[in-house]
Amino acid sequence: MEKILEVKDLHVSFDTFGGEVKAVRGVNLHLEKGETLAIVGESGSGKSVTSKAIMGLIPNPPGRIKEGEILFGGKDLAKMSEKELQSIRGSEISMIFQDPMTSLNPTMTVGKQIMEGLIKHQRLSKTEAKSRAIELLKLVGIPNPDTRVSQYPHQFSGGMRQRVVIAIALACNPRILIADEPTTALDVTIQAQILELLRDLQEKMGTSIIFITHDLGVVANIADRVAVMYAGKIVETGTVDEIFYNPQHPYTWGLLGSMPSLDTSEEELIAIPGSPPDLTDPPKGDAFAPRNPYAMKIDTELEPPLFKISDTHYAATWLLHEKAPKVEPPEAIKKRMKGMASSKPTMVTKDGERNG
Amino acid sequence: MGRYIGGRVVSMLVTFLIIASLTFFLMKLLPGTPFNNQEKMSESQIQQMNEKYGLNDPVPVQYVTYMTNLFKGDLGVSFQQDGRSVTTIIGERIGPSAYLGFQSLLIGTIFGLLLGIIAALKHNTFLDYGSMIIAVLGISIPSFVIAGMMQYWVGVKWGMLPVAYWEGFEYTIMPTIAIAAAVTATIARFMRTEMLEVLGQDYITTAKAKGLTSTAVVIKHTIRNASIPIITIMGPMVVALMTGTLVIEQIFVIPGLGEKFVSSIMTNDFPIIMGTTLFFSILFIVVILVVDVLYGIVDPRIRLAGGK
Repeated sequence: MEKILEVKDLHVSFDTFGGEVKAVRGVNLHLEKGETLAIVGESGSGKSVTSKAIMGLIPNPPGRIKEGEILFGGKDLAKMSEKELQSIRGSEISMIFQDPMTSLNPTMTVGKQIMEGLIKHQRLSKTEAKSRAIELLKLVGIPNPDTRVSQYPHQFSGGMRQRVVIAIALACNPRILIADEPTTALDVTIQAQILELLRDLQEKMGTSIIFITHDLGVVANIADRVAVMYAGKIVETGTVDEIFYNPQHPYTWGLLGSMPSLDTSEEELIAIPGSPPDLTDPPKGDAFAPRNPYAMKIDTELEPPLFKISDTHYAATWLLHEKAPKVEPPEAIKKRMKGMASSKPTMVTKDGERNG
Repeated sequence: MGRYIGGRVVSMLVTFLIIASLTFFLMKLLPGTPFNNQEKMSESQIQQMNEKYGLNDPVPVQYVTYMTNLFKGDLGVSFQQDGRSVTTIIGERIGPSAYLGFQSLLIGTIFGLLLGIIAALKHNTFLDYGSMIIAVLGISIPSFVIAGMMQYWVGVKWGMLPVAYWEGFEYTIMPTIAIAAAVTATIARFMRTEMLEVLGQDYITTAKAKGLTSTAVVIKHTIRNASIPIITIMGPMVVALMTGTLVIEQIFVIPGLGEKFVSSIMTNDFPIIMGTTLFFSILFIVVILVVDVLYGIVDPRIRLAGGK
């Protein structure tokens, strides 16, 4: 597999009146061609900041990339000038945002909003760009694209608007699509349609997707690999199967345990106690330790390194150290892990088939 | 759209009738008659004049007469300038007022928008603070103070511009600046707030994520959306400029409508008071309609709400 994006030791900070907020503290990740990487984590874990850093959209001031590299096509995006970034944004890397109700300009026709990128990056004439915009609307499944192209966002429903946003993002056939919680603001049936659409388009165009979400159900549906973020760091990363059926980090256990599922109906949902740490003054040691029922003394002293579980599976927890005591994950998680060993619980996989 | 405007015109007529009636009765409450301040006239002459202009009739009768004439398009004749019709007088006086108002509005708007946009784009920098200091000064210093200072320094001390009268372009400069200061300030403050608001919107991030240059983002996505609320304040401002210039017209001795309006109240020149008030009302009502129609053109969401 070909790596098309590699983020190395990324640190992003925001200078506020309360001090420096270290929103992202040493993130390493990579994206392979044609795959979907999901970044999951609760609010404030740094997932959106990481994606904005890749796009070069961290508002400066107050934000800045303190250190690290974002390698794309042999170049470091973190060190590029604004002008160079502008030529990459929207053409090589594009982004879909969370709320389709606010991410379109209300006073401009959707056609014009799609055309802007085409005119800028592909130097199309207005008429060419318009016919391409109609094609794109058709591609994202908007009926009557010929008339829809000259309508305004308020004439579209939420789901349709998100399709328009996707059309804008895909206008110039980007190599990477960053989707920042694209289904969070939509209702469940529409969510499924949008996910379906993204999967279809990925197949057609071979785009790699970074999918940011806090919804593990969506992750299972769309991702190839998962990176779990907590307090500005990636705490566990692996393939979807590894994360769902063989999770190693107590935080991942917490996330999975707090997800309702049909086959765990008799058990209670496990809530992760407490709240994420204040990133103006990140705790010494493991940032998750204060909320971690499995925390050991070393967790409050020293940050755990990433332990390798398999070639694709890594987790940052001292529990994986050879000297650590053997701990039993919560009941619900153990059940999942058992399922992995024998037969997988029924779950819709990427190709939409049920295996069980 | 046509039906919408039709409906609006009907309600405008009703508004106009109410204003006309209210003004008529309020005016009748003014103390004195048009003629009792002229000492040269004897009691019998005043009676004669009152009789001539129908001022001895009971007020309801006068009201009916006035309204009937109004519908015929007859605003009556001035009591003070014998025999000259109100329409003629307004026609003579409107020129300088309209010119001055329009020029101040144009200059004030251009500078206001510029200051506001610069302040917002350079938010929390020296340029931002500088623009807002100018804006606060423009709002807090009354126009007559600015006018007086200009007359003293620019007009008298340095002799650069004529101090008063209305005889050519250079005569318009100082009054224009005096009026435009407040316009600039108001629009600058509004525009800055609106720009900052729009710049924080998600669709601005979308536009940036398309790879547009910051200039394109500002021109195509920010300024248009930020200027929508400006149109709302522009409407009343246009009328305020037409009427509000009256102090400035007095100071610079400009033969405008505002100056006439003030003197007609002083002398109980009923037809002139009525005529000018009604003229300003029509202006105001029409401007509000124009603003609403403009709103629909700039903001497509309202176009739909207005119906076709």
